[in-house]
Amino acid sequence: MHEAVLEIMSDKGDAITTAVYEHPLVVRLCHWLNAISLFVLAGSGLQIFRAFPSFGPKVPQHVLIDWPKAYAIGGWLGGALQWHLTFMWIYLATGLIYCAYQLFTGHYRQVLFVPKDIRGVWPMVRYYFFFGRKPPVTEAYNSLQKQAYTSAMGLGVMSVLTGLAIWKPVQFSWLAWMMGGFHYARIWHFLVMWAIIAFLFGHLVMVVLHGWNNFVSMLTGWKKNPEYGPR
Amino acid sequence: MVTRSYQSKFKRMNRRELLKLAPVLALGAFAIPKFRSPFLKTGLTFSDWVSAHIFRNGHLATTFADSELTPFSKFPINGYDVDDPQIDFDKWTLAVDGAVQKPGDYKLAQIQALPKFLQNTRHVCVEGWDVIGRFGGARLSDYLKMIGADLSAKYVTVECADDYYESLDMETALHAQTLLCYEMYDQPLSRAHGAPLRLQIPTKVGYKQAKYLTTLKVTNVLERVGYWEDQGYSEFYGL
Repeated sequence: MHEAVLEIMSDKGDAITTAVYEHPLVVRLCHWLNAISLFVLAGSGLQIFRAFPSFGPKVPQHVLIDWPKAYAIGGWLGGALQWHLTFMWIYLATGLIYCAYQLFTGHYRQVLFVPKDIRGVWPMVRYYFFFGRKPPVTEAYNSLQKQAYTSAMGLGVMSVLTGLAIWKPVQFSWLAWMMGGFHYARIWHFLVMWAIIAFLFGHLVMVVLHGWNNFVSMLTGWKKNPEYGPR
Repeated sequence: MVTRSYQSKFKRMNRRELLKLAPVLALGAFAIPKFRSPFLKTGLTFSDWVSAHIFRNGHLATTFADSELTPFSKFPINGYDVDDPQIDFDKWTLAVDGAVQKPGDYKLAQIQALPKFLQNTRHVCVEGWDVIGRFGGARLSDYLKMIGADLSAKYVTVECADDYYESLDMETALHAQTLLCYEMYDQPLSRAHGAPLRLQIPTKVGYKQAKYLTTLKVTNVLERVGYWEDQGYSEFYGL
């Protein structure tokens, strides 16, 4: 285990910078494995969608979106299902390992949105989108980030539950029923995917805006020059 | 707690931490054509294994009221080759073979003599669409008992007039809602929907529910699984 905060000296002995250990190895591994899995699931999911690109009746069929084959993974329904039914296990495993790790180490406190974070959301929204002044940085994740990441985890759970209702509408008939039946579960699964993609878009924009040192922290765990002081 | 470190040591530690992410590269194997195929097959097989293990023989698929039925005219006709393989109903029989005490050719009347079960169930296509239909027929389990089938055998396989073929795990074959179906919407099965006899299995995906049956076999050995499965689709595909 690492010391949480380091003060880094040059080899001559002058102080250069500080660094904080933000992301344990398990968190980083789950992040990247899950990200790749999500990419494959969305791509193959869209190819599966192309087999019946509608949420209405089959007879007569009205195509909702003619999603291009070039922006999907799998090439054909059979291929797409192979990708989807393989990567869903990796996605599920990394999600479960991540949640279990966060819970049992207490590391969830860094990222989980709790009621006391509610008052911090608006100042952050004002800063990011409405040219408000920058609130002081006191922790690894601000309230808005906690809200975003916690929502993303909730969407991840929903993507699994809606997928399960589509894949096993008989064995999990109670779950499918809660979603309005197989036909509606398929719609929810599609919508949850788009919600996750919307989160992803915001996430990538923020990663770019928050600079190299921040990005590197999800690779090595360490963030150099954090804006918040030692804990 | 603040500790001191030196830049060179910090750089080495960062490099080590980055290398610890190497397991992520394992997913890169999917990008290599040689490994992709077997890996995807493994994933599909694992999904089938899980499906088989969560299948419960006593759990029924949801049934619906008559008011919830999709109108017959809107029940899609799906086939892989022709909609009507031109069966001569006067000459049609179901040829039974394999691990059974009474093999031979069975007439439709013999199947219709078994108790008839009617069910309004959801039909789910692998493509993603679904409809709710009304089906009538004999329980496959009753038929298997009638022909003296070895119920400890692993599979029931069928062949069809359009040379489609399918196989069914015995546990699903014995499920109460698995029917040798000869009626739809209280009428004899139409030609396009699989006359004179089809499988109707609300616990399975659509492509398992073979139409225009001509042969039925009870066996422990599968030479081939099914028309779509042998092209790469799921073999168990229980819902």
